[in-house]
Amino acid sequence: MKRRDTLKALSLGTITATVVGVEAHADVPKKPAGPSSLSEFKNGKSAAELAYDAKIAAEVFFNAHEMQTVRVLADFIIPADGKFGGATEAKVAEFIAFIVKDMPQHQTPMRGGLVWLDNQCVKQFGKKFVACTKDQQIKMLDQIAYPELAKLDMTQGVAFFNLMRNLTATGYFTTEVGFKYLGYVGNRPNQWDGVPPEVLKKYGLSYDT
Amino acid sequence: MSFQIKEQPTVYDVCIVGSGAGGGMAAKVLAESGAKVALIEAGPWYDPADPKYITQLKNPWESPRRGAGTQRAFGDFDAAWGGWELDGEPYTRKKGTEFDWFRSRMLGGRTNHWGRISLRFGPLDFKRKDVDGLGDNWPLSYDDVKPYYDKVDRLVGLFGSIENIPNEPDGIFLPPPKPRLHELMIKEAGKKLNIPVIPSRLSILTKPINDERGACFYCSQCSRGCQAYADFSSSSVLVKPAMKTGNVKVFTNAMAREVLTDKEGIATGVSYVNKDTGQEYTVRAKVVVLAASACESARLLMNSKSSRHTKGLGNSSGVLGKYLHDSTGAGRSAFMPHLVDRQRYNEDGVGGLHVYTPWWLNDKKLDFPRGYHIEYGGGMGMPGYGFGFGMENTNGKYQGRDGKIKPAGGYGLGLKDDYRYFYGANVGMAGRGEAIAREDNYCEIDPNVVDKYGIPVLRFNYKWSEYEIKQAKHMQDTFEEILTSMGGVLNGTKPGPETNYGLAAPGRIIHEVGTTRMGDDPSKSVTNRYSQLHESRNVFVVDAGTFVSQADKNPTWTILALSMRASEYIIDQRKKGNI
Repeated sequence: MKRRDTLKALSLGTITATVVGVEAHADVPKKPAGPSSLSEFKNGKSAAELAYDAKIAAEVFFNAHEMQTVRVLADFIIPADGKFGGATEAKVAEFIAFIVKDMPQHQTPMRGGLVWLDNQCVKQFGKKFVACTKDQQIKMLDQIAYPELAKLDMTQGVAFFNLMRNLTATGYFTTEVGFKYLGYVGNRPNQWDGVPPEVLKKYGLSYDT
Repeated sequence: MSFQIKEQPTVYDVCIVGSGAGGGMAAKVLAESGAKVALIEAGPWYDPADPKYITQLKNPWESPRRGAGTQRAFGDFDAAWGGWELDGEPYTRKKGTEFDWFRSRMLGGRTNHWGRISLRFGPLDFKRKDVDGLGDNWPLSYDDVKPYYDKVDRLVGLFGSIENIPNEPDGIFLPPPKPRLHELMIKEAGKKLNIPVIPSRLSILTKPINDERGACFYCSQCSRGCQAYADFSSSSVLVKPAMKTGNVKVFTNAMAREVLTDKEGIATGVSYVNKDTGQEYTVRAKVVVLAASACESARLLMNSKSSRHTKGLGNSSGVLGKYLHDSTGAGRSAFMPHLVDRQRYNEDGVGGLHVYTPWWLNDKKLDFPRGYHIEYGGGMGMPGYGFGFGMENTNGKYQGRDGKIKPAGGYGLGLKDDYRYFYGANVGMAGRGEAIAREDNYCEIDPNVVDKYGIPVLRFNYKWSEYEIKQAKHMQDTFEEILTSMGGVLNGTKPGPETNYGLAAPGRIIHEVGTTRMGDDPSKSVTNRYSQLHESRNVFVVDAGTFVSQADKNPTWTILALSMRASEYIIDQRKKGNI
């Protein structure tokens, strides 16, 4: 393929790619009659992989209360600012709901951690986390969000919040709004011609030596 | 389904098992010489330019798991259909063995996602026993292989730089890409420490070399397969061009069961099972070329038993499956406080490192034999699953935007900004070194276990020796030296003896070689210097099974060169009527 054609094909490919997410779930074989063909592929995934993803997506792990708590926590961790959306806009809670089904090792730490959080809130404020006032929620989070400052009876909460922070960050920065906030400008055809001169200058480096 | 075995009517000149580097090269060379070739591949068809297979340039949100490795070992977007474990295709380990076996079932095999690091073995690498008395010399010298390396360079293309380092032979190079920012810093550190840091040598086209393949467009995603065919994969660069001759018939989803032989021990073809239908077939051929990967080809030979070959085909020496060895591997990373708050620009570059360190201590007396090269990583890469993990280990350790160190962890707008502030400030490095091939590291047939096709499976027996462990220790000391010299603060604790200094389990580096090693003495080797079985003259092995030793170089370039050499030998021997 000539370079010009390549670039043309690429731009087409990219357009196709952007609609993939919508299509992905509709593309499940109607019934898995016998072994599905080993050669069926769509959007870079085999029929078996697509069927697996659809199966995972259709399962339910978090109940409504857990989901609501995850939602509130994720928005505390990465809120919207004046310019860029936060966890809600990036659908981080939905990502976490999927990933705990895809990675069962997260299930007990997440479920148990949410119950631990509610129990602490009931002890301290007489209400579960989502029913607490914003001030009470902040008071709770401040006890578990800073590993080096946390009291010894809060360590389980710290471990849970670390996991929650990790999953929220990954869920946020792997979205379009996350890319924009981060300033990631790659993943597109381009010509690499080295580090920009002003950056070289800043670090006292050069290509000449 | 009837249990009848279907025999393909054609008698092919050559039947090749496996379409990776070795099989693709054999298919191309043999088909272009006019031979009728049957190419058997255990996985499906693959073309990285066909939209149904494309993962290149997809964004992480196009994967519900954001590209995590739950399904595919290296993530949803990786072009390896397979992994460390395959459904219904087990392998086993002897007690005390750690060995992991990576298999890709697809046209082109593991070349679709490999690192494209394309290093020639040097003169020393073929004759290491002469230096340290360990292992064995190859029956070949660098001069025997050099013409084939040259031809591979021209045919496939790679970038690099002329360096005139004695054991790192220069090739026919396209221009290398300029180093990234952290790579320039590594170069500076190398200068201070007297450790060479030179342009990497990757089979990626920085300039077009023909009309069939485009040039690199710097997305850094060679591991996803390239829709411009701008990097080397056997499927795009060898198999498809070979098919254009009209002389190659590809059988996909065809899992080879046995090499068939006649009373004289001469191969008559290959039997396989069609994975889609379960139907059994045989392909008849005058020459059989095995390229299924070092372990898979050894397995196939071991499973090809007859009254004449009771221990398997090519195994009267008992050497088959022995001398299995993988590269050593260890790594370390550091945080670069001076790289915070970086100016944003597209730093993706080619798919992999722009600079590397070749082994630089051949002349120094060390407490371990052989050596390793260093691969570097870092920069403002694309976020995927795992991005942002562990911020509580960073933002309480280093000054933030306001010059103050805040409590680790946290939440809210300050935390959100931390991810942006600390982005792209980590540098990592990994050593890839040479292990000593040992008779007692081997694969064999497990007497009790079969795969879902009823094919007896491999059982591995493998242990690292003190040589490899000491080499890993040296790697860790070097990594620390380089990273510290760059002004980095090392992440985590230094791996010590309790983890063999971070030495990866054998098989994890996916450079396993040596199971059908070549040699002039039929009692100590499986093939001769032309990759031809000592005991069956029309059977050849053109994957890394024939390697006597693996050097600290990634095996692919040598697989390609030796497969080309063996294929030319086959043509020559066919002309002379010897096979």
